[in-house]
Amino acid sequence: MKTQIIEADPRRRAPDWRQQLDIPVLTAFGCIILLLILGSFYSSNFLSPEYLLQQLKVGAFLGVIATGMMLVILLGQIDLSVPWTVTLGAMMASAAAAHGPVGDALAIPVGIVCGLLIGLVNGIGVAYLRIPSMIVTLAVNAVAQGLMVAYTGGFAPGDSASAAMRYLAAGTILGIPNAAIVWLVTGALAVFLLRRTTFGRAVYGIGNKEAAAYLSGVPTQRVVMVAFALCGALAAFGGVLLAGYAGKAAQSMGDAYLLPSIAAVVLGGTSILGGRGSYIGTIAGVILITLLQSILSVMQIAEFGRQIIYGVIIIMMLLLYGREKIAR
Amino acid sequence: MKDWRFTLAEQRGTLTALAIFIAMFTLYVANHPAGFTANVVQTVANKGVLLALVAMAQTLVVLTSGIDLSVGMIFILSNCVASYLVAGSAMATTFGVVAVIAIGALCGAINAVIVIFGRLQPIVTTIATGAVYFGIALWIRPFPGASDNFNSDFADALTGKLFDVVPTSVVALIGVVVVIWLPFQRSVLGRTAYAVGSSELAAYMSGMPIRRAKFVAYVLGGVLAAMGGLFLTFFTYSGEASVANGNTYTLYSIAAVVLGGVSLFGGRGSAVGAIFGALAFRAIGDLLFVFDVDPLWQPLFQGVVLLLAVSIGSARLFQVRNRLELFT
Repeated sequence: MKTQIIEADPRRRAPDWRQQLDIPVLTAFGCIILLLILGSFYSSNFLSPEYLLQQLKVGAFLGVIATGMMLVILLGQIDLSVPWTVTLGAMMASAAAAHGPVGDALAIPVGIVCGLLIGLVNGIGVAYLRIPSMIVTLAVNAVAQGLMVAYTGGFAPGDSASAAMRYLAAGTILGIPNAAIVWLVTGALAVFLLRRTTFGRAVYGIGNKEAAAYLSGVPTQRVVMVAFALCGALAAFGGVLLAGYAGKAAQSMGDAYLLPSIAAVVLGGTSILGGRGSYIGTIAGVILITLLQSILSVMQIAEFGRQIIYGVIIIMMLLLYGREKIAR
Repeated sequence: MKDWRFTLAEQRGTLTALAIFIAMFTLYVANHPAGFTANVVQTVANKGVLLALVAMAQTLVVLTSGIDLSVGMIFILSNCVASYLVAGSAMATTFGVVAVIAIGALCGAINAVIVIFGRLQPIVTTIATGAVYFGIALWIRPFPGASDNFNSDFADALTGKLFDVVPTSVVALIGVVVVIWLPFQRSVLGRTAYAVGSSELAAYMSGMPIRRAKFVAYVLGGVLAAMGGLFLTFFTYSGEASVANGNTYTLYSIAAVVLGGVSLFGGRGSAVGAIFGALAFRAIGDLLFVFDVDPLWQPLFQGVVLLLAVSIGSARLFQVRNRLELFT
């Protein structure tokens, strides 16, 4: 894992991509292929391009949300405010879309900015007030929920998604779902941010040892705050896409994304303690979880069975490669 | 320094929680239309005891610097099991209660084994096992309901009043503290749990039984969460596998633990503090009811209070002389 930390010398190029394919990522991709093969025994549809593209589209929402979650987990923190940030992004974007043509055009930015603000509160709490991230994001989640319940009156809001939101989430270009392209672009930006900018270096550094990063001249508090703000913005963007996909926002639409986003990041080999992990792993984790959920539902396994299998598989996979070293 | 000052310093978190609770409760009772009557106290106690038990469960794990995100699901699972087993004759009911507690202990033991021997992070482990426990709950109780010959007399006895004054649930809670918490805290295992939370390495170097202490902490956590589930069954006369309920209790248990002065980094705090934290948190929610606030604003109010409460801890930042201390 040292490859990600050295590179202080600007003349050194990034390590060869082959060196970065570590065991967790390989295992995760191996499991994806295994899942597809198992699925194809059940029905040959699992290997058809239509099915796979459909999975990419569904996975894209989780992918965008998990990107933000990964930033925060790399810092050694966690963001539990994702559920209502997703919902808030979706609701605010739909609400803006109801305000005539100007609102319609601004719907997506409005949703994202609202998420950014939520993330900023998280970031200030974690970075400057030094409250454990698990607590402050939990409280902010409750506040976001309170805001949305008060705003909507507890019912599903009547506003529907703008045309642009629908196009981004449900449209296709040359047969490729736009949502997948959005994820691709988000992912590319995330990789650039993590691997090619000082900010990305600082994120890994802080995840390893914040005091050391601080002594090395990294403005650690600002970096943590920005990472949380980005996580909020990405979660809200995920919500905007979801609203576009479903046509409108709904209460607690984000609840189904908290645990999968954490699981996707961790299954992709990112250490929950921070400082270690690659974006390709997160991609593998997202695809793995999306496929798992899809195959379980196609096989018409009842909800209870899905929950059990889902939990057991996450534990099994982590036991394969997520174990901590013995500290002594 | 005199002895009592040490004791005071040690109990500061608990006493603060007690003070918050008394303030909130006084405010509540003073504004309640019925005033300070046995019935009002009984209602408050019954609602509070549920969260108090789950918060105690969370405390045990948090003391070892872990976190149990499956408490809510163990709570729900035991609620569903109890809705079948707390039925029939006195013998059968007793067996049912013991069986439910045993199932809670088993859930805790599974968490413990994965965390201790699987060496996975508690947070990811319990997210996954929580999904499994919820799956099982949904399996045995797909629709809300209860056994036909549910022992409602027994349930009434435990949720009623002793001598028409003291709520039985509070007596039961005190019983749990005396039978489970105090012996644990005073035992070698309990001291080890604290030591592990402060510094696992130091505890190891001192030759303390780390693994056994962690194991017992998780198992007792499961037992306490199961007791919470039992009480939920006594109040509602039924079992319901509800994700929302499980998640709410998990989140509230963390909030109660923080309000109760238990450090999330482990090693500091007490389950008694968590109980007062839970009661205070409930009282905050109830305040809105007596002040006749629109229920729609309740989640927002609760969230803001939670956010403010967790921000109080950052007052210690004013004492920091060396900025490097922030990062340790």
